[in-house]
Amino acid sequence: MMRIECPWCGVRDQTEFSCGGESHISRPENPANTSDARWADYLFYRNNIKGLHYERWVHTYGCRQWFNVARDTVTHEIFEVYAMGQQPGNKEVRQG
Amino acid sequence: MKRLMNQPNRLARGGLINRRESLKFSFNGKTLGGYAGDTLASALLANGIKVVSRSFKYHRPRGIFTAGEEEPNALIEIGEGDQRIPTCRAPEIPLQQGLVANSQNCWPSVNLDAGRIIDFTHALWPAGFYNKTFKWPSWHTWENLVRHSTGLGRPLTEPDPDHYEQVNAHCDMLICGGGPAGLIAGLTAGRMGARVMLVDRGETFGGTLNWEQVVLDGVPGHDWARQVNEELSTLPNVTLLPRTTVAGNYDHNVTTLLQTGKDTSWRECLWTVRPKNILLATGAIEQGLIFPNNDRPGIMLAGAARHYANRYAVSAGKRVIIATTNDTAYQTAIDLARHKVQVTTIIDSRQNISEELTRRMADLGTEVLPNTRISDTHGTKGIRSIRAERMDGGELLSRQCDLLAVSGGWSPRLHLLAHARGSMKFDQTSQSFVPDRLPAGFFVAGSASGTDSLEETMREGAHAATEICDSLGIPLLDPYMPTVTISTTESKEVVHAPLDTSKQRQWIDLAHDVTLGDAELAVREGFVSVEHFKRYTTTGMSVDQGKTGNLNAFIALGALTGRETGEVGTTTFRPPYVPVTLGAIAGRNLGEFYAPRRYLPAHVLHQRLNARFQDYGWQRPDCYPRNGESPEDAIIREARGVRENVGVFDNSPIGKIEVRGPDAAEFLNRVYMNNVLTLKSRRARYGLMLNENGVIIDDGVFVRFADDHFLVHTTSGGVSRITAMMEEWLQCEWTGLRVLIDDVTTQWANFTVAGPKARELILALGTDMDISANAMPHMAAGHGKIGGLEARVARVSFSGELSFEISIPARNALNFMQAILDAGEAFGIMPYGVETLMALRLEKGFLHVGSDTDGSSTPDDVGWGHVARKKTTDYIGKRSLYREGNLDKDRKQFVGLEPLEPEQALRPGGHLLIGADRQAPATSDGWITSACYSPNLERHIALGMLRGGSKRSGEILTVCDEDERFNVRVVSPAFYDPDNIRLSK
Repeated sequence: MMRIECPWCGVRDQTEFSCGGESHISRPENPANTSDARWADYLFYRNNIKGLHYERWVHTYGCRQWFNVARDTVTHEIFEVYAMGQQPGNKEVRQG
Repeated sequence: MKRLMNQPNRLARGGLINRRESLKFSFNGKTLGGYAGDTLASALLANGIKVVSRSFKYHRPRGIFTAGEEEPNALIEIGEGDQRIPTCRAPEIPLQQGLVANSQNCWPSVNLDAGRIIDFTHALWPAGFYNKTFKWPSWHTWENLVRHSTGLGRPLTEPDPDHYEQVNAHCDMLICGGGPAGLIAGLTAGRMGARVMLVDRGETFGGTLNWEQVVLDGVPGHDWARQVNEELSTLPNVTLLPRTTVAGNYDHNVTTLLQTGKDTSWRECLWTVRPKNILLATGAIEQGLIFPNNDRPGIMLAGAARHYANRYAVSAGKRVIIATTNDTAYQTAIDLARHKVQVTTIIDSRQNISEELTRRMADLGTEVLPNTRISDTHGTKGIRSIRAERMDGGELLSRQCDLLAVSGGWSPRLHLLAHARGSMKFDQTSQSFVPDRLPAGFFVAGSASGTDSLEETMREGAHAATEICDSLGIPLLDPYMPTVTISTTESKEVVHAPLDTSKQRQWIDLAHDVTLGDAELAVREGFVSVEHFKRYTTTGMSVDQGKTGNLNAFIALGALTGRETGEVGTTTFRPPYVPVTLGAIAGRNLGEFYAPRRYLPAHVLHQRLNARFQDYGWQRPDCYPRNGESPEDAIIREARGVRENVGVFDNSPIGKIEVRGPDAAEFLNRVYMNNVLTLKSRRARYGLMLNENGVIIDDGVFVRFADDHFLVHTTSGGVSRITAMMEEWLQCEWTGLRVLIDDVTTQWANFTVAGPKARELILALGTDMDISANAMPHMAAGHGKIGGLEARVARVSFSGELSFEISIPARNALNFMQAILDAGEAFGIMPYGVETLMALRLEKGFLHVGSDTDGSSTPDDVGWGHVARKKTTDYIGKRSLYREGNLDKDRKQFVGLEPLEPEQALRPGGHLLIGADRQAPATSDGWITSACYSPNLERHIALGMLRGGSKRSGEILTVCDEDERFNVRVVSPAFYDPDNIRLSK
């Protein structure tokens, strides 16, 4: 069970948080003009990364704020916690 | 002396038992005696009980094999009635006055077990037998036999009366194991001031010091351990946890401990600890030996034999033979000799034995046979003799014995290191896996790291403690180190005898009855990867998880496949290290404590009205039976009262989310499928919310109070989910929108006043609002005073009647509802519950999201497609409505259903078959989603989802509901007042 540093509340137990899956997924600007394939890509396709993964979490039983986490999916080491809308500082984001 | 006679194997002197405190206990109905300080295992051995259990598969008689939690054989049921606990490890059960213990997995008794037929026909049930039952002739041929023969203990049938606790804790250093390495580490770090937790599964700290004949600082090991324990218990920064086993290590170093209570109100306590550092001082587990018929009662680990002698003054036999691969078993001969128990013979697989040990054995009169292995054993209910062979010449020897003490070397207890994804490497000298890579914050000391000598063990413990304190910035002190004056034979160098693969019945896993023959078969059938081998033979998969046999299994697999053991590797050791009681995992989260009950603010008044409460997430009245009325009759009376006069419904749990800000309308226009921008102030609109897949996730009425102020109503069960969803969109996607949302559900109580006389009733209560049909028509809203209270009013209707939904501050709920009832008396007011409301809405054919819809329902499916597609701007889920599957005209669609026989009751879940009088098997074209007896139409009605249903009005279908078959007609969902005349009044 992980410990996650909420940018607002500090280090808390994983049970207080919920994971929202892969981060930096961009919603198509104009969905009406988006192909079925591109829309399906946005809806369903995610990177199943072994290693460094960028994902978004929310402090559900705390401040209810969303933020990004860079986490190793094997060791669960958390490299960075950064605000929504920001890019991670340590490595380039892999675009899906 | 008489007492000793009762315990034939109790030694005259020694041990850490209290001989002045005799205890009586029963085993398989027979009353036996023991002493305070005994375990169940030591007491059974003292009483000369050889057979304590039957083996898992072959039902062979088995005896106590170990002196610890690694026990594979002595799995005993203790207690009676609702206090009964199956499959307890006998060496871990402290003996108590009146303890009741019984053997399990045997019938009629442990000494005469009918199940042994499996043993006599063992050739029929080889490894992988279970897997093969799926292939030939079919699983059903075997199912009955397999189901009846599996399992060990009997599960409890009564609720567990015991309490279990849970504790969270933090520390600088968690020391796993209170033996020599753990004690010195705890003392070192404790004196320096670190926050230490010291955990040991035993009642008394000391580990091997409690049973090995060693002297530290001039006192026996157990006395030294007691002194250290006394000092540690005075240190406020040290937490001592006896009777506690470290069960598992998880992500970010979370470690769980299972503590057994003693004179406590709880039976067990599950600790969740977040240590900064972990020291494994867990010692090592002695391994058994592989030879033919190596499972007989009276065969025991050599370490266990001297453990019982030294600590409990019990000799498990009088005529002892030792079979070993290493020096440590010689200590057993030395220790037993001190108790005047003769070890006649030592059978050693090694060619060269040290001169010192040879001399010491000669002094004891013990015959030492080097380069020799056991070739067979005899004795069904207890070992009587062995045969041995010299490996150079094959010369056969025969020897009598009643105890065979074996040692296949020592395997470091590194399960926690494996949990933490550290790695191990195979050490040729000790023929065991030792630590290789340690995760950050992990330390290993003593036998757990493969260390031989006691002095070195203690140095490692103290060193690890010092290193941890240093890394925490704690000022260091000169470490104290005791002087070891007497210690045991310590070299753990191991030389195994080659396996004699010509004989099948050599056990590599006692607990799961896996033999060398099974291993050979698995290899022959291609299961050579250690993980495949384990699963096919099931070695190491029983209650003990192969603690005394895994290493032998890996060595055997290596030998059978011509590989080095290091190359074979190990299986993955997963948590928990010992079985964890489900009660401890549940803790106090049971019954009333499982989840909080939510009560309506006017709960007391509902009780006074004789409400029948149901848990809908809230405790809500589903109806109010009067004068012994049945709930069905109450629903009919209430529903008619609403249609004829007026009713009041406590709708307080309805979700209420305030949405404010300059972009509130724009935000909601993206969230709702419906157009929000065109809604005027003081008006309400019904809306559907979709997810990005276009699936309906919630519905409700939203009210606009001002340009920048909305109130969103959600279903009562959906409000937390919808609030969270809105926050996610605002925080993650539409970060530029200036909107604040707030879930105010519990701030406002809400009462629906519905029925033809609703307006008159509100006027009677008194209001400063103009609630006339012109000023406040259907779907209008306002705020003002009703009955002297601040109120928000919306003219929305789920019942189909003229209806006012009135929200008032929750604290006024009780008085307000009482005022409605008082004023309503003149109008024949009828309080109505959730079931009644459901009947009313079903008569109207109003959709109930979650009942009539499921995880695939779109607006098109429920008759809202025209609205969804007409809206030009984007909203959540819109794009998905244009995917191929969502454009299919044959999707299941919302319909009304009525039985051809009006008396025929319908139930949700019945399947709809095409045409009248159909019989299954037939394709299901849909199903009934809601159904009730209509109180106002006086017949049964239903709603359902039907393939292409919107165009099938008038069609006759067959309902298939379990054994019932009957015909229904497809009709419009609006059964009652389809033109909505009543609600618009």
